[in-house]
Amino acid sequence: MKPSDPGINWLEEKPLGLAERLYLPLFLQGLTTTARHMVSPKLTVNYPETRPTVGNPLIYRGVHRLNRDEEGRVKCVACFLCATACPAHCIDIVATESPWPDREKYPESFQIDELRCIFCGMCEEACPVDAIELTSLLDLTGKSREEMIFDKEKLLSVYDMTKDSEPMKSAELGGTL
Amino acid sequence: MPVVIVDGQEIEIGADERLNCIEAARRAGKEIPHYCWHPGLSVVASCRMCLIETGQRDAATGKVSMVPKLVPGCQTPVKDGTVIVTESDLVKESRARVEEALLIDHPIDCPICDKAGECLLQDYHFEHGQAERRADLHAFTSRRRDVGPTVTLFVDRCIMCTRCVRFTREVSGEAELMVTSRGAKEEIDVFPGFPLDNKLAGNVVDLCPVGALGDKDFLYQQRVWFLKREANVCGGCAAGCSIHTEHNQDTVYRIKPRENMHVNKWWICDEGRYGWHHLHDPARLLEAGRRELTTSRHATPEFKAVEWSDVVTRLRDDLKAAGRLAVAVSPMLTVEEAWMLCAVARSIDPQAYLAVGHVPSTAADETFPGGFTIRGEKCPNRLGVAGVIALFDAAVHTWTDLVAHVREGHADAAWITAGYPTDPTSTPWIDAETAAAFAELKCLVVQDLFDSPLAKHATWRLPAAGFAERAGTWVNVAHRAQSFDKAIRAPAGVWPEGRLFWNMLGRRGLYDAVAVRHQIAESSATFAALAGEMPATGVDLRLQQLAST
Ligand code: SF4
Ligand code: SF4
Ligand code: SF4
Ligand code: FES
Repeated sequence: MKPSDPGINWLEEKPLGLAERLYLPLFLQGLTTTARHMVSPKLTVNYPETRPTVGNPLIYRGVHRLNRDEEGRVKCVACFLCATACPAHCIDIVATESPWPDREKYPESFQIDELRCIFCGMCEEACPVDAIELTSLLDLTGKSREEMIFDKEKLLSVYDMTKDSEPMKSAELGGTL
Repeated sequence: MPVVIVDGQEIEIGADERLNCIEAARRAGKEIPHYCWHPGLSVVASCRMCLIETGQRDAATGKVSMVPKLVPGCQTPVKDGTVIVTESDLVKESRARVEEALLIDHPIDCPICDKAGECLLQDYHFEHGQAERRADLHAFTSRRRDVGPTVTLFVDRCIMCTRCVRFTREVSGEAELMVTSRGAKEEIDVFPGFPLDNKLAGNVVDLCPVGALGDKDFLYQQRVWFLKREANVCGGCAAGCSIHTEHNQDTVYRIKPRENMHVNKWWICDEGRYGWHHLHDPARLLEAGRRELTTSRHATPEFKAVEWSDVVTRLRDDLKAAGRLAVAVSPMLTVEEAWMLCAVARSIDPQAYLAVGHVPSTAADETFPGGFTIRGEKCPNRLGVAGVIALFDAAVHTWTDLVAHVREGHADAAWITAGYPTDPTSTPWIDAETAAAFAELKCLVVQDLFDSPLAKHATWRLPAAGFAERAGTWVNVAHRAQSFDKAIRAPAGVWPEGRLFWNMLGRRGLYDAVAVRHQIAESSATFAALAGEMPATGVDLRLQQLAST
């Protein structure tokens, strides 16, 4: 875009009024903000001794999990829509024919590079069968980069860990189950 | 000139052109959606997606009288004064209804369907369908039926356009596919014991406008929207079919035919379609090696890796030191590569013996009822290479000549370019007995995709590039020259022939096939037609030669 572009709406900076030029009113305004924060309740916590409170765990964007269907099989149908939507290109799927008669395609391998992920939640948004979800687990640590590439088993185990505290998005959130 | 009026826009068509409304509208830039019609198959007008309004303009009065009902555009020929309306409310409503009807018993399993992303049902529904379907149906899984060794059918995804059935009847000629039952119960099937198994079978997958027919080779390998396509030429036989090489991150996933009315029309054979697996074969030669002088020539090959930048100089020195040179210019090379190879050879030994390399061939050509021909000559560029050699030498020798030449001791060194896709599971292109003729040479250079009995005697063993890794021009059996760029990069460690020859000629920068092509076109009458921009469908070298004489 060039400065001469007709799409640009050029605004003139307003000249300073008396109050701005006197400096004092703005100074007081700033001090008030500081003072307000001094008396308002503290938001910072002593992590990790104190756990931060997560507002609504159902919509929090933390570590991923891969949900299971009613029979305990991975729910994912390997459609690659999450991998397509992912702006960080951190999802890697290898698809193959499923071993079950009632399902056609499933992921032979499913990996998410949690270090590359920006936790935007696009994958969850894109999934047509609600197989991938972001949980409220927020402390994500590991000793190596490799360890932070979560495979299918690990992602399924996150589901097992969180399925009771964070039920699969169903009825009220418009899930497919 | 007859004039056709498409949505009020007048277009002229050729006096003896026989177009239907879809083709005529396309000339005016209007796309009439259609499923069952395909330019290469007979017209059945069964899908009703192409319904439009037509009429006739009276030449004398200019008054237009419209046909009172919608007609299928695929089945309606146009003539002077034909009026086509493709965007009226009536037409739009009809399209939406056809889409709705098709989706009533469609599983809508797009997330797991390989066609998603290039599916006409998806595209047309998006463009012409209605937002909601009135029938309250729940998605179900599509039944799967094995119809042949390479093709699988997802029965419920089928929209019964019968393109596949007509293809097997009219083009491949085996008529394996058929329609069973009637009405809403119609299904595509094969007769028990007669699977879809012919050399053109893979084309039905391309023809299928939806995801009903799936290619087992490609099934679930990649979503189509990740693929990038490059207009290439098939190297499987001398027909030189136009193809699209579809790839992602330097890996080929599938080959699709590319429309070229001068060569393959809309089809390719299965040999070409699946003939790319050798590109990613782990047995491929991946480094340039020179046999160490200390080891005995007849011991098991022991090559020591040489840096490519050193190959450029050391290869020349080795060949120069050896003396009389014989060169086999492989018919797998492009015209540009062959030309540079001849130039390099003649700069090393001005008397170098140039011959067309081994021409692999099977039985005779095989022609199908639809006119498609698979050539028995299994290399893409014999004519091009012979044409190049003729520019350097009065005599164009053959591979047999070259073997005899070497056997009789007229050569001290040989440079054999091969690059044949004979992976370790198939018979090598050269037998041990022929290879033995090269055993006593002072220096033997073998440039190949895979190990072969010839490499046993080699001083230099250089890796070759596969067809999708080359750039240049191939001349097919009908003298049609088609230029293409590489689709993928050669694997790490492999310099495609073009790059090596380019560097050996002392040229700077990256190998530029187009620059070499222009140079060849300028310097010879045979290849004069290669000047300038090449059309995607190629040029006929003979026509150009006739014109210039
Ligand atoms: S949260 Fe965003 S960045 Fe992370 S995997 Fe999902 S789509 Fe990719
Ligand atoms: S979008 Fe959902 S179903 Fe599709 S591959 Fe990703 S997790 Fe699997
Ligand atoms: S399988 Fe495909 S090509 Fe054959 S009739 Fe069905 S939709 Fe048409
Ligand atoms: S394309 Fe005309 S009816 Fe099918």
